[in-house]
Amino acid sequence: MQLPSNIDFMGVRKIASAISITLVIVSILALFFNSLQFGLDFTSGTSVRLGYSDTVVLDEVNFALTNNGYEDAVVVSFGSDREIRVILPVDESVEVVNQAEQAAEVGETIAALLSAGSSSDVTLLGSDYVSAKVGEELAEQGGLGMLVALGIIMVYIAVRFQFKFSVGAVVALAHDVIITLGIFSIFGIEFNLNTLAAMLAIIGYSLNDTIVVSDRIRENFRRMRKGSPIEMVNTSLNQTLSRTIITSFTTLLVLFSVLFIGGETTQGFAVALIIGVVIGTYSSVYVASNVILYMNVTREDLMIPVKEGADLDGMP
Amino acid sequence: MLNQYPAWKNTLILIVVLLGFLYSIPNIYPDDEAIQVSTDSLTLNESDMALITTALEAAQVEFFGEEVSEENILIRLNSVDDQLVAKTAIEDALSDDYIVALNLAPTTPGWLQAIGAGKMNLGLDLQGGVHFLMEVDMDAALGRRMEDNLSNVRSILREERLRTRGTEVIDNNHLEIRFANAEIRSDARSALIDNFPDLQFQTREVGDLFVLDMRTPAEVALQVERDTLQANRTTIMNRVDSLGVAEPTVQQQGADRIVVELPGIQDPAQAIRFLQRIATLEFHLEAEPGASAVSYESYEYDGRLIDVDNEVILQGDRISNVRSTLDQNGLPQVQINLDAQGGNQINRVTRDNVGRMMDILLSETKSRTITTLDEEGNEIEDVEFYEDKRLISHATIITALPRTFVITGLNAREANDLSELIRSGSLAAPMTIVEQSVIGPTMGRENLEAGFNGVLVASVLVLVFMLFYYRVFGVAANAALIMNILLIFAVMSSVIPATLTLPGIVGIVLTVGMAVDANVLIFTRIREELSNGMSPQQAIDAGYDRAFTTILDANLTTFLVALVLFTIGTGPVKGFAVTLMIGIMTSMFTAIVGTRALVNLIYGGRSVQKISIGKYRMPDKSVIKAT
Repeated sequence: MQLPSNIDFMGVRKIASAISITLVIVSILALFFNSLQFGLDFTSGTSVRLGYSDTVVLDEVNFALTNNGYEDAVVVSFGSDREIRVILPVDESVEVVNQAEQAAEVGETIAALLSAGSSSDVTLLGSDYVSAKVGEELAEQGGLGMLVALGIIMVYIAVRFQFKFSVGAVVALAHDVIITLGIFSIFGIEFNLNTLAAMLAIIGYSLNDTIVVSDRIRENFRRMRKGSPIEMVNTSLNQTLSRTIITSFTTLLVLFSVLFIGGETTQGFAVALIIGVVIGTYSSVYVASNVILYMNVTREDLMIPVKEGADLDGMP
Repeated sequence: MLNQYPAWKNTLILIVVLLGFLYSIPNIYPDDEAIQVSTDSLTLNESDMALITTALEAAQVEFFGEEVSEENILIRLNSVDDQLVAKTAIEDALSDDYIVALNLAPTTPGWLQAIGAGKMNLGLDLQGGVHFLMEVDMDAALGRRMEDNLSNVRSILREERLRTRGTEVIDNNHLEIRFANAEIRSDARSALIDNFPDLQFQTREVGDLFVLDMRTPAEVALQVERDTLQANRTTIMNRVDSLGVAEPTVQQQGADRIVVELPGIQDPAQAIRFLQRIATLEFHLEAEPGASAVSYESYEYDGRLIDVDNEVILQGDRISNVRSTLDQNGLPQVQINLDAQGGNQINRVTRDNVGRMMDILLSETKSRTITTLDEEGNEIEDVEFYEDKRLISHATIITALPRTFVITGLNAREANDLSELIRSGSLAAPMTIVEQSVIGPTMGRENLEAGFNGVLVASVLVLVFMLFYYRVFGVAANAALIMNILLIFAVMSSVIPATLTLPGIVGIVLTVGMAVDANVLIFTRIREELSNGMSPQQAIDAGYDRAFTTILDANLTTFLVALVLFTIGTGPVKGFAVTLMIGIMTSMFTAIVGTRALVNLIYGGRSVQKISIGKYRMPDKSVIKAT
């Protein structure tokens, strides 16, 4: 698969730009109007404690709840083999005057439902409203973290490469994260702490890809005497193409096994990353390089300062 | 000759590999389910163990490896189900003074423990456990401080015979004293100013009143908040440590919150009971004989009833340090250091009361389980909180006390206990639990197994692909990949005691991806150079050399991102960042240095016509060469 490839990637750069801009706009609109479907980490909920006269089988409880329309309920054992806790998300769209009262109602409904389907006696031990303040704080932190991270990346790339590459890399990152979130919003995939971590991983992956391509562009700009910037970018993309494909392939291999084997809790994570890797691969080819071209990158931008030139040009 | 590593480099790599292997071994020993019994009022001994043994035999639960110490009894069991049954049985057999908690006990062999190799800490999501978020009531901390200032101001002014037209706490940061004229106010100011170095003094006139404002400057208030949070965290940490949980987390979060995570503990009620049993200290004088019955309360001390005056002369948060030490005669004593204001306060009170007794009260919020019957005659258990005040010291004031003073006349054990009690009582501000969650042990285990299997299958698929695609070089890459995973485990278990969480596992997955990427970059580069007509040895050298900058740039930027996430994030974000950072470092080592060493061993130092790196485009035959 060592390709003597000579694909004119940049020939369709205008179309690619149009597609990217459309996807970003659609994603932002979706996030704006449809929001994200936040998991229990980020929303408030009702916690119901139940006591059983015999040992509880959690799977049965889960089954009973799912069959009665409480698919989102989380069931955990609580302290002993006869006590469980059921956590239900609260429907945020309904205005609730008295949260305690509402929690009590939910508690009774659940207790009645579970005792109907169980051979042992179910007693309601208590139900409380749990706020999601922590989740909000964490989301803020995550958001802030991304912004600071983006800032630092810009500085680093500006120092190691050139400012135009910084813009390219950051635009590519923003592009990937926004579109991934947009897909989450449109398809109503749950957004929880694991998917938040996935977003962070996407930043890491997409950055990695972009840097590899940028690195090759830098090298070619310094080495090749002839050719327009578009030609040089095309050459660079072709040279890194087999690496891009192999790495994306192995990463996807990993992610699909996590998706199918890794259990329920990591599924959201895997889905987020798969989407992110696909978009990240696309963006390292079409977004970062494209932005660099739009910013009129020149050979002078990447010339090595004279004093270092002697060391770095040596052929083995 | 090209492509040979010096012997020291090969040796170094070998040592790292061996260490990585050795320090990741403990992770294959699974923990035993265990029950831990502790108590904070008594010491434990064999007779307690005998009671437990009887209870467990009656409940037909098999157990082994029991460990009895004065603070803890640990009993190992066969399964999670046994754990729950055993807990109920032991609780029934022992009184309420004992705390029976579910726990996990390590099974790492002694020789591995001796070289400092331990198991990786698993996060709550992988192991199960309880998580609490506690909020410190900062308003109460500042408010209490201001009230304290006020009573101090009053007694100073009374002493100086300076009359006020009223004093008032305006808010947590502001105290107002009103005077009839400017002269008294200026006298009062000079009397007060040295006693309150932290406060800002200002004067103003309102109508015919001359007002002196005392304010806590914002930076001092901030410092107080910071100190309060820190002090509370330390107290909680001591408390959690006495619970004997393996690897607890007590972490600051934001300006006024503390996260407590107790992995392995499966009983939140028990943990709450423990955490909320948070004490405060009060210094009182003994009531004078014949004092009105409403002005004092009686407490038992040493088998006698002592009448303690209701007025608090000093709050526990004025204590800056407590130690049990020996005096010049080698007799045990408890040394108490107060902050500046506390010192002034106690000095003023004690100098007028030499010869009286001073009492220290420890007030704890405790909980008890009360069982009531509902209408149908079922037993309902409920947890009730109550305040338990205990007299922990009753001593004669021999002289006016300075900032640092000692309590003597104790034996070594008493001195130790007293200093422990005082320390645990210096919780600076009240706290409430704002969030709690429990992850059951089964769910944790399922998460762990599923996550582990996912990584395993993924790794095998990647290994097979690399082998197929890069042949001999694939073997080198695969060895490096396996080594990388071992190194991550070793670093996380023994070097940096990091906690592995689900997002952490994902961090490892991403690192595996990136480690492979480094090799892909190098190998494609080598193939490319071969296609350009380089000789195999030259191509290997050039491939590693040229790919290095790319790998360095890519890894460094990702590392920076991880570092930012680590600094800013909490919980899952932090867990992800830690594994990513460790993974980047280990993978740089294994993917570049490790594979190079292997490739050098295979091809280096001899003349090679062809290398096995999979298919690549042969160089064009017709080349123009300089002869």
